[in-house]
Amino acid sequence: MAATASMMPIFQQQISSKNDLVPNWTSEEVSTGTTIMAVEYDGGVVIGADSRTTTGAYIANRVTDKLTRIHDRIYCSRSGSAADTQAIAEVVSYQLGFHSIELDERPLVETAANLFRASCYRYREELMAGILVAGWDRRKGGQVYCVPIGGMLVRQPVAVGGSGSSYIYGYMDSNYKPGLDKNQCLELTASALALAMERDGSSGGVIRLASISEDGVERRVLLGDQLPRFSTH
Amino acid sequence: MEKHYTESKVKGVSTGTTILAAIFDGGVVIGSDSRASIGGEYVSSKTINKVIQVHDQIFCCIAGSLADAQAVTKAAKSHLSFHSVQMESPPLVIAAASVLKELCYKNKEELQAGFITAGWDRKKGPQVYVVSLGGMLISQSVTIGGSGSTFIYGYVDAKYKPDMTREECQQFATNALALAMGRDNVSGGVVHLVVITEKGVEHVVVPGDKLPRFHDE
Repeated sequence: MAATASMMPIFQQQISSKNDLVPNWTSEEVSTGTTIMAVEYDGGVVIGADSRTTTGAYIANRVTDKLTRIHDRIYCSRSGSAADTQAIAEVVSYQLGFHSIELDERPLVETAANLFRASCYRYREELMAGILVAGWDRRKGGQVYCVPIGGMLVRQPVAVGGSGSSYIYGYMDSNYKPGLDKNQCLELTASALALAMERDGSSGGVIRLASISEDGVERRVLLGDQLPRFSTH
Repeated sequence: MEKHYTESKVKGVSTGTTILAAIFDGGVVIGSDSRASIGGEYVSSKTINKVIQVHDQIFCCIAGSLADAQAVTKAAKSHLSFHSVQMESPPLVIAAASVLKELCYKNKEELQAGFITAGWDRKKGPQVYVVSLGGMLISQSVTIGGSGSTFIYGYVDAKYKPDMTREECQQFATNALALAMGRDNVSGGVVHLVVITEKGVEHVVVPGDKLPRFHDE
């Protein structure tokens, strides 16, 4: 908890972009410094994200939707550079849509994840994108794949990402167990995101959740007063 | 997954670490992991005790440069024992924390060490104070520090309740440290806990095989 209270010496009047007195968010890149999470359950997945997009210290969008539809039963949640992740998601949606028409059936989640990985790995030097791919398919049911910065691909039963994720590893490790049902997964995701949003300056706003199963996609939003609250100390 | 973890700029041996202190009903628990490493690449000690006694019922935990922390606590111990002789009574916990704070603030350019001070005194009972890197001093009922602490903010926020019993608080501290050690590669080893109450001080060491295990282990 190293919060250094810095005192401005009176004799130094440096008005530069390094100085907090002059906001420089006009020249900062738009980032989804964020918290994203996805959990598998028997029969589907739950995916969630906060809703803050920042350019430096300015919140460019406080109600962002970071849960992006890639296909009917496949969603991704995005963290990192907003531009990069939007571009990649568009490319993958296109590729997957085409592939699904060729196949004449719903694409596999693993296919979507691999398409993300292919783009993220090939252009790893230029991109800054951390993506969670989650969805349902007939072959393996609910699946969550993690494609972090650098372009690795790994399937995990529960995954978190974004700048706020570091704060909730402990909570996730201790509260997740295999065999949770859909409502327990929704509660776990909402609580974890709320905890991260409390601690991470780049995460905040509302919680967007989606649960994906064979029957379809159910989306919900938890607004300010509905966010899970923990005893303050 | 984003690059949130900055390279350790501490030269020499660093307590890349996890430290914690929490107040319960009637006392305070202070604890740490036991790993000391050089640049996060070599573990120079697996069993170092980062919970240091500065007076009979006042302990502190160190984070940052091990050399700086040892030098500061040595100076603080001698200041405190002198102070205690002058006052003819055991020092207050805030006195111990203030001594550390003065040393950290006056020497902020040279030092890279932060402290958590916890103890019991007759005036205010159990207390926890945090002295951060630049020399800020604040009082909290539960606090965590060190590189491993980032991973357990969510857990501590969710699980800590004021007025827990001693056993609950010990379990909470052990779980939190174990979770942090599971995610931070520069924290590890055993869990050292010290439980301080009006009656006295108890040391608890939880070795690796007795640490709580979580779903993926």
